[in-house]
Amino acid sequence: MLEAYLSIFIKAVFIENIAINFFLGMCTFLAISKKIQPAIGLGVAVIVVLGLSVPINNLIYNIFLKEDALFPGSDLRFVGLICYIGIIAALVQILEMFLDRYLPALYNALGVFLPLITVNCAILGGVLFMVERNYLFSESIVYGLGAGTGWALAIVALAGITERLKYADIPEGLQGLGITFITVGLMCFGFMSFGGISL
Amino acid sequence: MSKVKEVLLNPIFNDNPIALQILGICSALAVTSSLYITLIMCIALTSVVALSNMFVSLIRQHIPTNIRIIVQISIIATLVMLVDEVLKAYDYESSKTLSVFVGLIVTNCIVMGRAEAFAMKNGPLMSFLDGIGNGLGYSLMLIIIAIIREFLGAGSFYSIEIMPLVNDGGWYIANNFFLTPASSFFIIGFTIWALRTWKTDQIEEPEFKISENSLDAERRTA
Repeated sequence: MLEAYLSIFIKAVFIENIAINFFLGMCTFLAISKKIQPAIGLGVAVIVVLGLSVPINNLIYNIFLKEDALFPGSDLRFVGLICYIGIIAALVQILEMFLDRYLPALYNALGVFLPLITVNCAILGGVLFMVERNYLFSESIVYGLGAGTGWALAIVALAGITERLKYADIPEGLQGLGITFITVGLMCFGFMSFGGISL
Repeated sequence: MSKVKEVLLNPIFNDNPIALQILGICSALAVTSSLYITLIMCIALTSVVALSNMFVSLIRQHIPTNIRIIVQISIIATLVMLVDEVLKAYDYESSKTLSVFVGLIVTNCIVMGRAEAFAMKNGPLMSFLDGIGNGLGYSLMLIIIAIIREFLGAGSFYSIEIMPLVNDGGWYIANNFFLTPASSFFIIGFTIWALRTWKTDQIEEPEFKISENSLDAERRTA
């Protein structure tokens, strides 16, 4: 039993890393990876939001949207997208108010990244993968946390590399965005080596 | 007239969403392994950006500022749902291949970014054209990547065989690297390099300048 959950977690972190293998949340991933400190803040925010929104959307899907869920013959899957994104947006807003009230230190550390997470495709991507793979509720908690951890790991690693690259002599046209792309490409090779592991 | 041209053509080279604005990169990487799939994605995205820009612009006077994000997202999500349903009805195979990526147009930053940056300030027609222009800039980049990846990875162009593969008795050994999504990082990276060599004003200032080697400087004065 525990093994099954552990394998979902490891799979979400390393083998099917949401940033490196599915390229979700790439825009923020590339834009906020210049320094380690903000990268860690954003990583934590993504873990929290994914860890909450995947299980909640799992409940919504199973209770309301699934075929025959509300009453026999009902099928509301076509309004799925707007429900998921609405719940993510609401959740981020509530989380922001909650943190502001009870954990101001964390709130200040996350700053502007929290509202931006609504439109981070890693969150919606995680939710859509959960639906596609038909996870149970308990599995979806583990998957949400795992996917978030994987994303956080990748962005912190990239920020670490970019910070060192500051001192490198890079050709003019490749500075900034160009070299970041190529660095991520190389990181992809690193993560591909996990692909051989079967759980 | 010149404004129309500017709005339509600027995003293609001068202000490309992928190469300069860092928007909408996720799908550029994941769906570009064959040209056909890429074209479907481009058409889907261009129509969503253009229409969402137009609708957001139409009601921009009536949206209260503090709930504008959720209003924009509901417009975008509705359009994406329509595109998704149409695609499922007419080309089920491709919709399976694209998997979650059609749905992810909702959070594609190009759509959101243009609604926020352009449609909230301009009239419906201009916003519509801006959407088309940005869609084209995105499409151009994706099509370049897809052509390179399909040609080197499968020896074909739009599923028409150009270099016969060894497996089918031909001479070309397919380069599997180009079938993996990692290759698109390198292709985008080098495309940006090429673009910035041509349009030098897009070059980013380095944070840290390497000072000239002191030995070189001495040698020059000597």
